Amino acid sequence: MAPQPTSKPVRLLVALGVLIVGLAVWAFWPGTDSSVRLGLDLQGGTQVILKPTPVTEGAEITDEQLEQTVSIIRQRVDGLGVAEAEVTTQGSGDGAVIVVSVPGVNQDRVVDLVQRTALLDFRPVWGIYAPTPATAAEETAAPDASASPEASTEDGAEDAASEEAPADEPTPSPEATASAAAEGEAAPLVQADDNTPEFQEQVAALDCTDPLNYRGGRPDDPEKWLGTCDTTGTAKYNLQPAFIKGTNVTNANAVLPQNGVGWVVSLEFDGEGASALADASTELSALPECGTGASPCNAFAIVLDGVVTSAPRFNEPILGGSAQIEGNFTAQEARDLANVLKYGALPVTLEPVDITTVSPTVGNDQLRAGIIAGLLGLLLVAIYLIVYYRALGIVAVLSLAIAAAVLYLTFIVLSKAIGLTLTLAGVAGAIVAIGITADSFIVYFERIRDEIREGRTLRQACDSGWIRARRTLLAADFVSLLAAVVLYFLSVGSVRGFAFVLGLTTLIDVLIAFWFTHPLVVIMGRWSWMQRGSKLTGLDSGRLGGASLTGAVSKRSRRGSSTKEVSA
Amino acid sequence: MSRLGGLGHKLYAGEVSYDFVGRRRTWYIISAVILLVAIGALVFRGLNFGIEFRGGADFSLPNATCSVEDARSTAEEATGAQVIVTETASGTVRVQTEELTPAQSSDVAGILADACGIPKDEVKAQVVGPTWGAEISGKALQGLVIFLLLVTIFLSIYFEWRMALGALVALAHDLVITVGIYALTGLEVTPATVIGLLTILGYSLYDTVVVFDKVKENTRGITGQSVMTFGEAANLAINQMLVRSINTSVVALLPVVAIIVVGAGLLGAGTLLDLAVVLAIGMAAGTYSSIFIATPFLVTLKERSPEIKALQARVLARRKQGRVPTGAPTAAGAAADSEEPDGSSAPVSIDPSAAGSAPRNQPRRRPRSRRK
Repeated sequence: MAPQPTSKPVRLLVALGVLIVGLAVWAFWPGTDSSVRLGLDLQGGTQVILKPTPVTEGAEITDEQLEQTVSIIRQRVDGLGVAEAEVTTQGSGDGAVIVVSVPGVNQDRVVDLVQRTALLDFRPVWGIYAPTPATAAEETAAPDASASPEASTEDGAEDAASEEAPADEPTPSPEATASAAAEGEAAPLVQADDNTPEFQEQVAALDCTDPLNYRGGRPDDPEKWLGTCDTTGTAKYNLQPAFIKGTNVTNANAVLPQNGVGWVVSLEFDGEGASALADASTELSALPECGTGASPCNAFAIVLDGVVTSAPRFNEPILGGSAQIEGNFTAQEARDLANVLKYGALPVTLEPVDITTVSPTVGNDQLRAGIIAGLLGLLLVAIYLIVYYRALGIVAVLSLAIAAAVLYLTFIVLSKAIGLTLTLAGVAGAIVAIGITADSFIVYFERIRDEIREGRTLRQACDSGWIRARRTLLAADFVSLLAAVVLYFLSVGSVRGFAFVLGLTTLIDVLIAFWFTHPLVVIMGRWSWMQRGSKLTGLDSGRLGGASLTGAVSKRSRRGSSTKEVSA
Repeated sequence: MSRLGGLGHKLYAGEVSYDFVGRRRTWYIISAVILLVAIGALVFRGLNFGIEFRGGADFSLPNATCSVEDARSTAEEATGAQVIVTETASGTVRVQTEELTPAQSSDVAGILADACGIPKDEVKAQVVGPTWGAEISGKALQGLVIFLLLVTIFLSIYFEWRMALGALVALAHDLVITVGIYALTGLEVTPATVIGLLTILGYSLYDTVVVFDKVKENTRGITGQSVMTFGEAANLAINQMLVRSINTSVVALLPVVAIIVVGAGLLGAGTLLDLAVVLAIGMAAGTYSSIFIATPFLVTLKERSPEIKALQARVLARRKQGRVPTGAPTAAGAAADSEEPDGSSAPVSIDPSAAGSAPRNQPRRRPRSRRK
């Protein structure tokens, strides 16, 4: 009948103390960053949410492709020298998005950079021409434009170098970009099913000195002919349909050959790529050099996002499925070309679906308002609880304070451990959680009162009330936790941050109720001061309808003798 | 305060009893009217979706020195399209335009910043593709369906299916009212609103679970006696939980009100304020529904089951025979008075077995107090 007394309240309190100290040590370990990482809406910055879509319709995006895309974007962003940029994925499969967060504003470059698609293919060169639009049909008259043929036939190094970091391109000023955009989007890529006269005319008319035409970012259809520019706008190419797609590249590395003079890029292909390479190299290496006016000529173009990154020639047929691109590469240039080859092959296009820029002032304001609202909320709750529950109210306020401390420490620890960032939605989640956390104590305290009304002593009530309240708490918190977990795994964007905080606070609520509130109430229940039932305990007989805390006088059987009905 | 404490005792002991269950038709009608208004507003006025759902660009210019008209003409010139300009109490001018490319957006932000005399860095800009908001809410909806499925299973196991249904009805009630108020007032629906609705969902269920847990406790083994009907036991549970419900609602609403006050005072429109407004509406509706809708609805469902019908017949038969002594729970008696005009149970012919069981002396004292 009598509920089991809570065996070791002190032990539980000590356990919680150890836990908090542990968290605090982890959080404030010297030499590490002990601050809560703030989301961009709180510290200011630019956030771009990108939605990847497969280039081939109906294809699925694998987690691996997603990871590779993230690593490319991260490389690009890091290449800009932006500190603390963050690139993450949310969700998976069709619903996946990539979130790029960069502190500081006016990161137009970042936005421009990260949404660039990386679609790579290898195309045999039909002809190489001067970059300016040719009015006559004699497009082959261009070879005297010396710069481009040299680059492409001998080494391709310069072209490759130009790709190494798109950031190195002169970033157009906002005005320039805007005006360009105002004039209209870049024309669609010049592509055709066949090398028809119309297509050749279009290629001839292409102006490769116009940045819109050499900036890239327009994925090409590998099955069609392509007329395009190199990445610096110094040469124009007429390219045959791709013979190898970027997906056929299995590996690419920058290597320094032992007897060589400069860096080279070694390439390995899968079976399909190897046989295509063997065929193409046999055929192409027999052709005359490009720049002599011959069409087709001996060169293949490495096309990334619709522009030519590099156009080396074949010295000999390559039969083994592995190749080397030689040139006067610097180490950096070779590495960059290798990275383009290795990672540039993602069959994914990225569409920016949400771009948010928050100024640091606004961010700070939001954070400050969040903190003020939280503190004000806590204060109001504390006043209410203390006025209503007196001594028990103090326990409740202490519990809330400890819960807040544990939440704060957990945020720091999670910031370190898994890179958790606190967003405004998270702050809101935490403020809302004050109510749900306080409810745990309210349910428990009301239970204690009920138990006393039924004639138990305070000491008994603290335990038997807990046993009943505990079940209610666990059931109700389970529902909250379920909501948080389901939302966290199925949602994107700010909903996710909110769900995380909601789940975290629910767990902390349970922890505090079990390890702090209950043991403390049990200990207080043993104090004779509490048992005397002073007004300050919140358990005085006036509130409990005359029930006594020591069980000496019980009036519970008088129930119903003076009932009045009150209509609601 | 202490009056509330004293009331707590009286409610617990049944000395004061608000008849929530017996008057359920009244609550149903009130809720039905509110729901009709909400649904009507939703159908005829629709929701005012923010740019996150429509797609577009949004610029916030804090402490702008330009007038709304200046901002409008500047922005319309810059984008060549209609724009929406609003000014919040805190002096922030907000410009919403059609969808822009990132470069255009940066450009427009610069032009607006110049026109309004603030540095470009101060401008908060957001460009959203038209599918993004739909995707956030699509995802949230997917999560919602799965969550509801799981929670129904959980509640059916922990309580019973009728309680799960009652909780879901209360939940739907809260969500429809909240969405309806959005339709009525034309408040902008943002992703923060969606988050708020999801929180209400959690809160509403949480609140209902707490009340149902007490109902479950009060009605355990209820078919083994003939003093109290199910409705009366459930009504007692609501009354016993009333102080807790009031306290919890106050405590939950205080921080939300703090956000509204601080948010409106310091920030103007923003995620926090959006969220707080939804929560305030939803939490109020949630508290109302856990008391006035969830449990009464549960009783309606319960009274259709044969055992509960039999119990009711037994209790009423016993009362007719005048076997209820004055010492018996009057909360029960009081509730029964209003129960009878319902007509659902009064003319029930007495089941012989039930009648037979009635005279068996049941313990006077409610068994609840004897149980753990």
